[in-house]
This record gives sequence, structure tokens and C-alpha cells, in this order.
Amino acid sequence: MRKRAPEPSRRQAGDKSVAVIDEEPGEAIDSPSLDQEAVKEAQKERLSGLDRATLIGIYHEMVLVRRFEEKAAEAYSSGKIGGFCHLYIGQEAVAIGAISAIRKDDYALTSYREHAHAIAKGMTPESVMAELYGKAGGCSKGKGGSMHMFDREVNFLGGHGIVAGQIPLATGVAFATKYKGTDQVTLCFFGEAAVNQGAFHESLNMAQLWKLPCIYICENNQYGMGTSLKRAMSFQDIAEKARAYEIAAEFVDGMDVLAVREATQRAVERARKDYLPTLLEVRTYRFMGHSMSDPGNYRTRAEIEQHQERDPIKLFAASLKEEGVLSDAEFKEIEAKVKEQVERAVQFAEDSPLPAAEELFTDVYANPIVPGKRD
Amino acid sequence: MPKLSPTMEEGQLSRWLKKEGDKVSMGEPLAEIDTDKATMEMQALGNGVLRKILIQDGESAPLGQLIAIIGEPDEDISSLLSQTETAQPAKASTPDKAPTQEETQAAPSPEPRAESKPKDEALAEGPPRDETNAGDSGGKGDKAGSAGGNGTQRARLIVSPLAARMAAESGIDLRSVSGSGPGGRIIKRDVLDLVAGKGPAPATAEDGQRTVVQQSPAEPSAFRDAPVSEMRRTIAKRLVTSLGPIPHFFLTTEIEMDRAAEMRAGINALDPELKISINDIIIKVAAAALRQHPQVNASFQDKVVRYYEHADIGVAVAIEDGLITPIVRSADQKSLSQIASEIRDLSGRARNRKLRPEEFIGATFSVSNLGMFGIDEFTAVINPPEGAILAIGAMAPKPVVRENEIVVRQMMRVTMSCDHRVIDGATGAKFLQTFKKILENPLFLVV
Amino acid sequence: MAVVTMREALNQALREEMLRDENVFLMGEEVAAYEGAYKVTKGLLAELGDKRVIDTPITELGFAGLGVGAAMAGLRPIIEFMTFNFSILATDQIINSAAKMLYMSGGQFKVPIVFRGPSGSAFQVSSQHSQAIESWFSYFPGLKVVMPSTPADAKGLLKSAIRDDDPVIFMEQERMYGNKGEVSDDVEFTIPLGVADIKREGTDATIVARSLMVPMALKAADVLEQQGVSCEVIDPRTIRPLDIETILKSVKKTNRVVIAEESHPYFGVSAEIGSQIMERAFDYLDASVRRVSGADVPMPYAKNLEELAIPGVDQIVAAVREVAYLD
Repeated sequence: MRKRAPEPSRRQAGDKSVAVIDEEPGEAIDSPSLDQEAVKEAQKERLSGLDRATLIGIYHEMVLVRRFEEKAAEAYSSGKIGGFCHLYIGQEAVAIGAISAIRKDDYALTSYREHAHAIAKGMTPESVMAELYGKAGGCSKGKGGSMHMFDREVNFLGGHGIVAGQIPLATGVAFATKYKGTDQVTLCFFGEAAVNQGAFHESLNMAQLWKLPCIYICENNQYGMGTSLKRAMSFQDIAEKARAYEIAAEFVDGMDVLAVREATQRAVERARKDYLPTLLEVRTYRFMGHSMSDPGNYRTRAEIEQHQERDPIKLFAASLKEEGVLSDAEFKEIEAKVKEQVERAVQFAEDSPLPAAEELFTDVYANPIVPGKRD
Repeated sequence: MPKLSPTMEEGQLSRWLKKEGDKVSMGEPLAEIDTDKATMEMQALGNGVLRKILIQDGESAPLGQLIAIIGEPDEDISSLLSQTETAQPAKASTPDKAPTQEETQAAPSPEPRAESKPKDEALAEGPPRDETNAGDSGGKGDKAGSAGGNGTQRARLIVSPLAARMAAESGIDLRSVSGSGPGGRIIKRDVLDLVAGKGPAPATAEDGQRTVVQQSPAEPSAFRDAPVSEMRRTIAKRLVTSLGPIPHFFLTTEIEMDRAAEMRAGINALDPELKISINDIIIKVAAAALRQHPQVNASFQDKVVRYYEHADIGVAVAIEDGLITPIVRSADQKSLSQIASEIRDLSGRARNRKLRPEEFIGATFSVSNLGMFGIDEFTAVINPPEGAILAIGAMAPKPVVRENEIVVRQMMRVTMSCDHRVIDGATGAKFLQTFKKILENPLFLVV
Repeated sequence: MAVVTMREALNQALREEMLRDENVFLMGEEVAAYEGAYKVTKGLLAELGDKRVIDTPITELGFAGLGVGAAMAGLRPIIEFMTFNFSILATDQIINSAAKMLYMSGGQFKVPIVFRGPSGSAFQVSSQHSQAIESWFSYFPGLKVVMPSTPADAKGLLKSAIRDDDPVIFMEQERMYGNKGEVSDDVEFTIPLGVADIKREGTDATIVARSLMVPMALKAADVLEQQGVSCEVIDPRTIRPLDIETILKSVKKTNRVVIAEESHPYFGVSAEIGSQIMERAFDYLDASVRRVSGADVPMPYAKNLEELAIPGVDQIVAAVREVAYLD
């Protein structure tokens, strides 16, 4: 529950815009406490500072995303969804907590595990489900699929399939907002395995060098596909890597939606006000396989169950209940509404037509050229 | 069954020259095949042993049908045989179901050998593996390749796509074109030269200027194509509707042959070995007259009228069960003795059915002589796409009026059949006039 | 009209387009303070400032991707690769992001970006700094690939590329930066992408050449003219999309074609052009399509070997003589 104030402890002479992590070199950034009582206490404290509508909104969104993905898994199993389908179940607190902290005109980009981010950013479950179904009514007209959800209306810039590919892109989006002088921020989500990629380091370097309002949110679910972090990364405290670029960083409990929200809010403030980047390492866990075809042989059932005890939705529900925000009847009401939303999304996807054959050749170029034509 | 003539669709196995179990080597004659035109030797395309004969003497097979298997002595050919039984079309049925060369060649060797030279080749038709082999199998390196080819295995035409299209559009038979490109490839230049009547120009001088090289008299005539005029087209159309596909008309004249006969006797007296016949003289004179009347040495080619540069004269030869017309190429350029010996050779081989296709396909004009059968006069049917044919009757003494006196002269009646689409009455008449004039005064041959 | 070098023509295009549109910025290694490794960006920092002209760390993947992201968010970046050899590090962002973004977003996110820099053979800089990789980029739908051969083309095409809403790979030739030619100084002078240019008309053979091979092909055409062969020289200028119609029209006229390129022969641009000619003008060919390509080896350092590796006038002349059946 340590908060990382953007208070720079080391400044370059004469440069007030340099924000760095507040510890002296060698002093570790605090890890989030996993003590159940402490977490509960912290959540209660955060809860008390938020209005009811916001809390219900966040909870509703988490349940919606969970049920949506359960339905997607079902549709995948029955062959309605093809290709890959990477489920987010267990990680909902990250996308929903973080995106709840930004404005609608802010930007978000993520990897291929993006159903939750897309919905949280404001895309309709209908357009996301229809995209999964490969239908014309999908957000990307059925051309992107599970890994490439986009929506210009809500500034959701994808859905990217190459590990770490979105990190330079998000850096560029942040570059553009600063170039244009807006106060928009950009959230860049990625898994912990992307941290080993050069694109991550190159981007953080440029972001701090040029002071770009980009918030890098590393969703550390501990496995890059089937390879555990320990087997893939020589030094596993990802937030600490921010030091190399003098970027502000925090470890965040990714099972606590309000903790993610608050950490993001701090980063957003830093970004909006001072065009400064932040790296958040959000510790979470993926309950399902890497994709629908994951054999799951790289981790034990017990390990999964242990993490499921801290299911972010259950944790949040317990707090909401204990604090009297929601009654049992209201929980049921939310479940019912979500069920209806998901069914509507499925129905929309089922009813939506397949993309027309002509669509094969559209959207390749924004300015298609007829070769040889002089204008 | 290999394709041994341009028009062949099926072949009759005249007789096998090898029997099952015999060793055969590349290029060795295997069998004699009767095609629609000639009896040809079929040569082996690989080394090995003749393992199995599938088509017996006297039987026929469509092109491409497996007729025998050559392989290693110990090779298992059962799979090929069984495949053949199922794949083989009924005897002399359509050729399109015959096994392809790939199938027949791939099958014989169930186990890959370390040194897998293509020893086992089934005798199915297919293009030669490369042009060098095609030449070699004929026993000589045939540089001209495309147009020449040789008897048993005719090399495929090598022609640039453009030249092929141009030839097709102007109705040029590519077999009559000799290619000047690499490996004898027929290229644009060759076709253009033909159309312009320049003849093939194979080589180009160092300075990049094109030079026209005189064609060899052994090769088919060069020609030029002139567009068919509207009038000509109308004439062609109207005449065809009145008289079959080729609107024939006939011109007859009587020729005094005394001087020709004297000349023949004189030459043969000088050298009995020459054995000049009256027919040889007729060919020679016809060639000379054609040279003066190129309009007659012509062919209707639908979109163009083709005018040949040289007189390639077909000489009808009666053979046992039919008729064949071997060709004296560039007769206008050959001496009487050359013509005589060529005709002797050609008609001899024609009777034995040993002619190669290029020796009887592609004349520009024909002569048919039934004089030896005592026929006074007859009309011959044009051999398409030639424009005319001359029918020669018997030479016989007849009373004729000369300087108001009745005298006896050796007279011969000739009738020319003309294709009215290319030759009009007056055109044909003028040719015949010249023909008669020279034949009556053979000295014109040397004037 | 003034006679300027290719370098100056490119500089004019950059300057004019940056003055024309606030959203255009230039980013790359040594483009600002150093004024460009090849001096193409000379004077731009001083005139336009460090917001618009930005030196990057040596981090090609990062700044290429940054450019794509900025383009998605409405800017029009010009990303300079000091040479295209270094773009190889950035191909993930060029291919997986820039080329496919519009399509996989269902038409929502266009990527108006120019990746530019010198490409092809340089002078004695050996294997990693001297190579032609246009066929890589030309392979991908979503990209446009431009290779100018004259100062005027360089200026007109670069201006069009900057104004274009799609990612454009703009490949200059290091050996040609000093080449001079007349260039328009009209700020609205552009040359449309996707239009080939007939650099010389002729009747006997067509030489398709791009970039460095264009001046070589023109020299070859001079030599051949002395030998009685009239050559048409066609510069596609844009490799993707390719103005194949202009090439086909020429081939149908001359019936013979030589494609000259400095890149490796395997699976390259010449293979594509040759194949399209075969598919669409087969019946007009009087000879097989003949290619003249760079040697199929990494570029050597030694001067004599380097000369052997890059096609020259003599090889083009020989190839034309071959297809014209002159030897």
C-alpha cells in the first residue's frame, strides 16, 4: 500500500522536469502487501473515498468482462470463434482499475489479450463479440479478430499481436499528444514477458528522454505463455527496471481494482501536468490458459487455486458488501443485467452478417493508387 | 505411340525390329510404324532391355499409348503393367486417356537406385528432354533443330511467343520458318523477313546491320504475305459457295513436245547416267514459269494470300495403296540433273514409304503426270493449301498444222487446276502460256 | 527551375512540406544537430526548431514504432533511417504495425508516415552497409515503396509521399545524392506515386531500371544506339504499387525486355516484373525476359570485388544485345 509520490529525489541540475523514483539507488521499491487483512483495510479506505455510482460502475464492468469472456470461451469451444482467443479472466482489476482512472479522450493500447481493455475503454460488448465472431458488425469489421480490436471513437488503439509491439506505438501516441499540446494521456498495457523485448527499453528511454505522457502498465501475470517469469527474466523486479531510465515506477497489487485505479491516477496526474511517463508493475494472475489451446502443464492446479482465492471480483465484492455499498439483491440485479448484456452481445454477433467479399480488398490503403494514373 | 508425323493421330505397328528380352540402346531402331503417310523407324529413347511388347505387329495404337516397356533386366515392371492395364485406353480409342510420360517413366523403378540415370524409359510420346538429345537420337547434331528435325523424333518447334503469335495471325506455317535465334528459335525477325519476302536471316553482322542470307535450297520456300483485299475476299467467298471449299477452275492447252524430247535425248546421249525424263523437264519448266508468275506460286491463307519465293514442286507419285506427293524444294534453283536425281530418290523412297514428313508436306505447286498410264488429258484436284496443280497427259504423235501444212508432232495436253481465290483466269492463262512457250522452246531455260 | 543535387532536392521537399503542414515532423539519427549523415536535412533544425526536427537515440525499432503511433494519433512523421540497412531492426514496426494497421482496424487507423533514407550499394562499406532491400518492403500490401532516380523525381515524389495517407518507404541512393538535375521550385510541384516514367523512348528493347540503375541504363542505351539498337528506358519510380501498364505497353512495342537492378536476383523486384510481363504480355515477347542484378553474394569490401558485385553499363548492354539476338 505504499504510494509512490512523483517527488523526484534526484534532479539534474537546472532541470525541474526530471521525475525519478523517490528512493535512493539501491533502495528497493516496495512490493504490494499480500496480507489479506492489510489489503482489506486499504480497500476499505479507498472505497470510502469514492462515490457509489463509481464503485458500482467498476464492479459492474468487472462482472461484465468476466461473463463476456466466459461466453467467448463457450463460443470458441463450439467453433463460433476461430484463431486464437486469449482470455483475461483473473486480471480484470488491472484494465478496469486503470482505465477507470482516465478520461474518455485519453488513449489506451494493449496486447492481444484485450477484450477487457476494449470494453473498459468504452467499446460495446456487441462490437467486441462480433469481432470475435469475424462478423461485419465487429469493431474492426471482422478483419482484426480477437487480437486486433480498435475503436477510434473511444481512442482505443488496439489490440497488437507482436509481444511489445504496442509499446513504441503508445510512446508515439503520447509523443503526438504532447506535440499537439493536448493534456491527453496514453495508457500502454503489456505483459511482463514484453519487458525483455528491446522495444520496451527503447520506448522507456525515449519516453523519459522526451518527457512523454505515457503510462506503461506491465500486467505481470507471471507467465509468458507457458514460461514463468523466473525462467525468462534474470532480474524479476520489473518496476525496478524503471530506474535505468529514471522513470517513476510503482509496484501495484493487481488483484485490487482500487489499488490499480489509484496508482494509475497518480501516474495520470504526472503525465497530464508534467508530460512525464510512469511504469507500473501490476502483479496479477491469469486463471485461464495463455490461449484456448493451452495445455496448462507448466503450473499446478494448486497454484491456480491459491491465486483464485484472491479473485479480484470476489475481493471487490466482499469489500462492497462489507461496506454496505451493495446489497445481495443489488448484486443479483447486476448479475442479471450483465447476463442480458452478454446475451445481447452474442445475439448481435450471431445476427451480424459476414463481411462482404469486397471487403477483402478494402482498407489496404487509405489513398489507394491506380498505378499509372496521373491526377 | 510416338508422334511421327505432324498430322498423325494413331500409328500402326508395322513390325518390331527387336523382340522381348533384346538389349536396346539409345537411338537404335526398335520398330517400324505406319503413320498416315509413311512408314517410319521408331528409335529407342533410352538404354536397357525390351521387357515387354504391348502392341503387336499389325496392331494400331493412338498417340501416347504405351506400346512397350524398356527397363533394367531385373526391374520390377509389374506395377507399370497393372497400371497400364487400367490406364490403357482401348485399342485405337481416343488418346487423351493414355498414361502421360511422367507416369510411365516414374513407375518402373520401385526402389531408387544410387545412380538413377534415366535408363528406363517407356516408349510413350513426349517432347525430348532437351534439344541436344533430340538431335543426338537422330544420329547427328542438328543445329537447325526446329524446322529440320529428323525422321523418327521430330524436335519440337522453338519459337518466341511473339513470333508464334505473328505467324498465327498471318497464317504462316511455322514449320516453314527457320529460326535464327539461339538453338534455332524462331523469332520476330524470322517471321518479319518471311512476310517481307526476304527469307530467313539467321545471322547479323558485327555492326548490328541485318543481312539477308540466301536460304539453302533444301529448306522450304520463303514467302511474303500480302493482305487479302476486299475484292479478293468477296471473290473467295462467292466462289466457295458455288464450288466446294476450293473453287477450282481449269485451263487446258496442248503443247508441242518435239524440242523437249530432242533435248532430253541429247542430254541423255551426253551422259546416260543422268536419266533425264520428260517429267523432269516438265518440273524444271514449271519451276521456271512459276518464277515468272509468282501470282500462281501462291496460296490462299484466309487472312492473307501467301506468295512463295521459290517453287517447291510436289510431284505426285502413285504408291501401292494410295498417292503421295514428295517435294522438290526450290526447283527453280536446281539443275535438271539435280531435279532428276532428286525425283528418282524421292519417288523410290515414296514407294517404300520411307519419306520423312518434311519431304512431302509443304509444296507450293504440284504436278501430276498420268501420261504413263496413257491418259490423254485429265483434271487434277488441288492439294491444299497450294494454289494450283498441273495435270499432264500422255505425249503422243498427232497431226498438227504448221505453216499451213499438216505435220506430225509429239503433242501433250496439260490442264491446270487453279484455286480461283488466288488465281484468276487470265493469271492462270498467262502462266500456262509461259509454261507452253518454254516447254516448246527449252532453250528459254538457259536464256 | 534550377539545377540542384538530389540531396538539395530532397532537402527542399522536406522543408517545403514541413512549412506547409504543422503536423509533419522529421525524426531520426543525426537529422538535427549533425544536419544529416548525408546532409539531406541541412538547415532544417535551424529553420524549424527542435520540436519538428528531432535527433533520436540509435534505436531504430523504437523510433520507427514511435512514428507509427504518432501517425495513428494524427501526425505525419518522416522517419529517417541513416541508411536502410538499419531499417532491418525496425521491420517489425514497419511491417507488423504500419503496413497492417489500417486493415486490421477495419479502416479506422491510417498511418501517414514516410520512412526514408539511403538504400542500395554505397562505396566500399561492405556487407552490412551496402545492400538493396526494396523487395522486402515491396512484398507487403499496405506499404508504398518509392525509389527516385533524378533530383526532380526525388523532390516531386517525396512531397507526394509526405502528403500521402499511407506508410511510404522512400529509398534514396547514397551514390546519387550528388547527382544534379533541373528541379522545379514551385512549392506545389509534386509527382504522383504509382506512375512510371519513360526516361528515354526507343523501339527495339525495353530496359526497366530503378534508382542507381536508371543512369546506367541510359548510358547503356547510348552505347546501344551506336550499335543500331534503340532502347526504351522505363523507371517505375514507385515499386509498390507498380505501374506495370506502362512497362507492358513498352514491352508490347519493343518485344524485348531487360530489367536492371542492383539488388540480389532471388525473389526480387525484377522477378515480380518479369513474372507480370510473362503473364500479361507473353505473346508479345520475342525473347525471354532478361534480368541484370547485383551479384548473389553479400557486398564485398575490396574495390575490385565491389565493382564486380554491382551491375554496370556493360552488363546491361550485353543483356540487351542478347534479347535482341545480336550476338
